Amino acid sequence: MENPKDLKYTKDHEWVRVEGNKAVIGVTDVAQSLMGDVVFVELPEIDAEFAAGEAAANIESVKAVSEVFAPVGGKIAEVNTALEDTPELINKDAFGEGWIFTVEISDSAELDNLLTVEEYGKLLVEGE
Amino acid sequence: MTSLKRTPLYETHVKAGAKIVEFGGWEMPIQYTGIIEEHNNCRNYAGIFDVSHMGEIDVKGPDALKFVNKLVTNDVEKMALKQCLYSPMCYEDGGVVDDLLVYKMADDHYYIVVNASNTDKDYDWFLQNAKGMDVKVDNISDQVVQIALQGPKAEGILQKITDCDLSKIKYYWFDYGKVNGIESIISRTGYTGEDGFEIYVKPEFGPGIWDKIMETGKDEGVTPIGLGARDTLRLEARLPLYGHEMSDSISPLEAGLGIFVKLNKEDFNGKTALVKQKEEGLKRKLAGFEMVERGIPRAEYPITKDGKEIGWVTSGSFAPSLNKNIGLALIKAEYVSIGSEIEVNIRNKGIKAKIVETPFYKRG
Repeated sequence: MENPKDLKYTKDHEWVRVEGNKAVIGVTDVAQSLMGDVVFVELPEIDAEFAAGEAAANIESVKAVSEVFAPVGGKIAEVNTALEDTPELINKDAFGEGWIFTVEISDSAELDNLLTVEEYGKLLVEGE
Repeated sequence: MTSLKRTPLYETHVKAGAKIVEFGGWEMPIQYTGIIEEHNNCRNYAGIFDVSHMGEIDVKGPDALKFVNKLVTNDVEKMALKQCLYSPMCYEDGGVVDDLLVYKMADDHYYIVVNASNTDKDYDWFLQNAKGMDVKVDNISDQVVQIALQGPKAEGILQKITDCDLSKIKYYWFDYGKVNGIESIISRTGYTGEDGFEIYVKPEFGPGIWDKIMETGKDEGVTPIGLGARDTLRLEARLPLYGHEMSDSISPLEAGLGIFVKLNKEDFNGKTALVKQKEEGLKRKLAGFEMVERGIPRAEYPITKDGKEIGWVTSGSFAPSLNKNIGLALIKAEYVSIGSEIEVNIRNKGIKAKIVETPFYKRG
């Protein structure tokens, strides 16, 4: 699946969609495919604050646990409660219904540290 | 670091789109289409597994019976020809060297199947114990391909390509026969909780038999199964995994494998220690549990009760056939009663679980 052009990315395979002062966060299709069948998502608490790079959620596949890092710092505004009963949305629609949480961006300058779709694509080809 | 080994079926897995990982020194398929789908397929139809990484040690000679019976905790003396026997193999202190399958080929000939990652250690252990005995011990692991065919459709599929009457092979027995025209050993054994077979052939015939089974079983839904689903299948059936449920520091009695430890038989490695352990009473026991609150238990997570650490998870996973999160844990003996509440420490939070009956899954 193609990585959408309107999103920002991290080297840890998260994606970010900026909506005003809010950032919607999920993991990329490459990430879900590496994880395999997702069976549980541990969501952050609403209003919890995370610094950029801090682990905010955990995705459990059958085999392993993967942390989801907050790509930008801020306060958790919403969490995707649909993942509580249908965690497989991450496998089925990583860039859409599989979104994980949103944060109120505390410092928009941090957005500049994120990767463009071209940079993320290059990272996938070259490896980390 | 030594280079990773590949089974003769490696190319077959790559062609089938398998995701390959390192396991016990081998490059093995962890999954083909997805762990849950493969798991369900094996439970509902049939699954084919490459288990060629397992080790095979051949023991022949006048002292073969005496030798094997000294190594393992189960009683080899009672075995009939063409019978298979599961047994732990212990050190003198009661810790486990490995768990294995013994095939009785003749009164003076036993064929022993051991865990992949333990093969070299086991072979050394066999050689050490063979001193002063009239036996010939050979590690023939690289001369054997082992394919498992498991699931309700396994017998029907395999019968189409073998001259061996499979209905005559009872659970934990084997026979010789041609599979796809190739001389094989076929046993009704497995590691999934389903009916099924394990087939042993010379390496060069592995890919041919694999392809033939895939082709023959296509309409009956046979699919290849990787190590990921092999683990969830065996866990649901409460089949132990070396290094998790038992190890050099977890005895077979603690692991709940007492029925495979014949304390009444003549001397065997670990007997004194195990008899003592039994007489004194077990301080730790293996118990099955399921999560009450949300969370997935993983190996080595601590188990607590009222804030006090009482043991750890030996294996844990989402269980596809049960749609629950389950695990096995080695905990202080006083806490193993069915229904009792425990907590699994997941990322520094105590998440509620309860002790349940095992096996978690039993085929209908």
